[in-house]
Amino acid sequence: MAGLTSNQAAPAVAPDGAHLEILEVGKSFGGTRALDDVSVTITAGSVHAFVGENGAGKSTLGKIVAGVFPPDQGQLALRGEIVTFRSPREALARGIALVAQEVAVVPRRTVAENVFLGTEPRRFGFVQRRRLLERFDRLVAGAGFELPADAIVGSLPLAKQQQVEILRALARDAELIVFDEPTAALSAIEVQRFHEIVRTLTRSGRSVILVSHFLGEVLALADTITVLRDGKLVKTGPAADETEDTLVAAMLGRSVSRTYPPKQVPPADAPVALTVRDLTAAGVSGASLEIRAGEIVALAGLVGAGRTELARAIFGASPATAGEMTAGTSRLTGTPLGSLRANVSMIPESRKDDGLLLRRPVRENVSLASLPSLGRFGFVRRGVEATRARDALRKVAAADNLEATPVTLSGGNQQKLMFARALLNKPAVLIADEPTRGVDIGAKRDIYELIVGLAAGGVAILLISNEIEEVLGLAHRVVVMRGGRVVAEVSGDNITEEAILAASFGRASSAA
Amino acid sequence: MTETTSAAEAPAPSATSRARALIGRGGIVIPFVIAFVVLSLISPPFLRFQNLANILDQQSGIIIVAAAGTLVLIAGGIDLSVGAIYGLAGATAAQLAVSFGPPVGIIAAILVGLMIGLSNGVIVTRFRINPLIGTLAMTFVVGGIGAIATHGNLIVVFDHPEFKVFAATKIAGISSAAWMMIAFAIATAILLSRTTFGRYVYATGGNAEAARLGGVRINTVRVATYALSGAAAALAGTLDASRVLSAQASAGDFLTFTVLTGIIVGGTSIMGGEGSVQRTVIGCLFVALVANGFNLLGLDPYYQQITLGIILLLAVGTDAWSRRQA
Repeated sequence: MAGLTSNQAAPAVAPDGAHLEILEVGKSFGGTRALDDVSVTITAGSVHAFVGENGAGKSTLGKIVAGVFPPDQGQLALRGEIVTFRSPREALARGIALVAQEVAVVPRRTVAENVFLGTEPRRFGFVQRRRLLERFDRLVAGAGFELPADAIVGSLPLAKQQQVEILRALARDAELIVFDEPTAALSAIEVQRFHEIVRTLTRSGRSVILVSHFLGEVLALADTITVLRDGKLVKTGPAADETEDTLVAAMLGRSVSRTYPPKQVPPADAPVALTVRDLTAAGVSGASLEIRAGEIVALAGLVGAGRTELARAIFGASPATAGEMTAGTSRLTGTPLGSLRANVSMIPESRKDDGLLLRRPVRENVSLASLPSLGRFGFVRRGVEATRARDALRKVAAADNLEATPVTLSGGNQQKLMFARALLNKPAVLIADEPTRGVDIGAKRDIYELIVGLAAGGVAILLISNEIEEVLGLAHRVVVMRGGRVVAEVSGDNITEEAILAASFGRASSAA
Repeated sequence: MTETTSAAEAPAPSATSRARALIGRGGIVIPFVIAFVVLSLISPPFLRFQNLANILDQQSGIIIVAAAGTLVLIAGGIDLSVGAIYGLAGATAAQLAVSFGPPVGIIAAILVGLMIGLSNGVIVTRFRINPLIGTLAMTFVVGGIGAIATHGNLIVVFDHPEFKVFAATKIAGISSAAWMMIAFAIATAILLSRTTFGRYVYATGGNAEAARLGGVRINTVRVATYALSGAAAALAGTLDASRVLSAQASAGDFLTFTVLTGIIVGGTSIMGGEGSVQRTVIGCLFVALVANGFNLLGLDPYYQQITLGIILLLAVGTDAWSRRQA
């Protein structure tokens, strides 16, 4: 078959300025209806956001537009002409590119090589390096951001790798770029830069589809917002008519204000549960902090400030070169096993990479860190294990199908599973690194309740989150890091976005 | 990972994914039963007790090595040195049995295997050498030591029939070697599926970082699996030397591949984190049935090799297919 089949049907008449029309599109996976009769028009030169809970179908819709999979029903009309894409390659040939959540670059090659991968200027089968660099310079000049052509892509931060993908799309004359959760893993300042890039794209007449969890970002960036719920279109309208509350209500089908459980600050004489003195590790230099029982302390700072590094060094996930840590009465040994024995638990930043045994049953995932206490003579007491695992899962409001594998669970249930594992160890200190990343709004609420409930029960919590709202909504005290050091601390009413950002960027702050 | 889409948008299980799960979990049982039934139908001698007891006896060494090797694979490693250990241990046991009596020979041989296994574990964990390369290097080293110690000769101990008691004593019509194999397989199966250590083996191979953060001493777990594998290879070499009252350091040259074939055909993944001893036992027996069938039917043994190769490819292909997510 040819790379692209333009249907013989007479082109539908394009409404003014329509770049792409999604016409009554439906899609099923197995028995699940992922999309049902969705029609949306993307106006040329605009930013169009798809929002919805996990599973609402927003990602699926973005992928259908970009040719990742074809719709089961319905059609796409590109500038009035019905088109069918069988692969991302066919979509790209018609100027539609996808920048996926997880960047797809060749890490060991240079920026320029990645950008022109597959489209290198060639003569007699040899890549013409000089022409390639000339084309690269021209491309970068038009894109509005800087990237070194010779840098090895794998050594660049994620935000820059994403820019490599954007350049790659531009190098193929993409006119419509679909971004799937582009800012989920970026720091605040990188997000700002990304927003500028998107605005530059639309100013040059390109259209952008933004699939995002972050309502603040969607409201700031999008011209039009489409809300999906359970695969169905809820509404499409100008972003100016929406607020976070109206969007959440539309996404959930009911009105839920995005509030946090009330803060219960522990008394000032509550015992100190975790003490860290002059801790030095890769990315951390001489950090000290204290957390009292029942206190929620958030680590704030830009990506790369050393927050995750500090958390990992406290738990013993990565080695510390100097410093002292005490939990309750026990000195921490700087190994995960020693920390767990001292009732310090950590929920790692990436549950898939560092947390889950994706193909082992939920039961075994929950009990992993507590097996010594569940065993007798080296044998696992299966009955006790099942009971305790089920209890822990109920406490965290997770599905308690013990024999399912985590692969089949939603992001929210996977994260709750990580909490259940931590709970089974009866933590006195809980380190939670990005506990709501990739989790839908309903599960987020559950996790907030859980964190607040644990703290109310006397657990000292160290929270890391890139969502500043979470920090504001949950933390009793905020410790700000910059360049691997603890640089400021704000508590109580002084916890404001301005104070945290000012300290993160190293500007003088009146609030701190 | 294949799961790049938003996690919650994972579709409900379809017929295909159910088939995947089924075949991924218990697949080897079906071809095993088919092979068994077909052989019973086309070759009457197959079902005789003597033939079946012989199969068990002949497979005892392979299954012992494969049962331990299953743990190595599940923990995310691989042990290519089992063949060399098998050869060296057989020669050691035979030689020492002559000088100091069978018990000394047998125990010494198993200790040699255990030590080599421990060395493998340390090489792979402490020095972070890829297990494929580390145990391949160990194959050469151990094979070389065996060749030097025996001058490359066949050690014949026909005049010491007391050594034969170890492997060839019949109990209820089944050889002691086969009984030991059955006991070893059951013990490793329980170790893997019922104990804390077994859980740690799965966790280490399934997601080493998650296991480490869960308080698992992953290096200790890995070293233990290699040590067990070394000791098992030595036990197997000793049993086979005892059965035929002779040994040669190069006797295990092909064993490594036979064992790996049995494990993989059984459905334990070379990617680690999944599998079971039960499946390995059935996988090894399936391979043995195919070989036995070729013999009973008087077919050219070269076709047997081709068939084995195809079965191995099918097994790995099925594993990859069952791992794919729709």
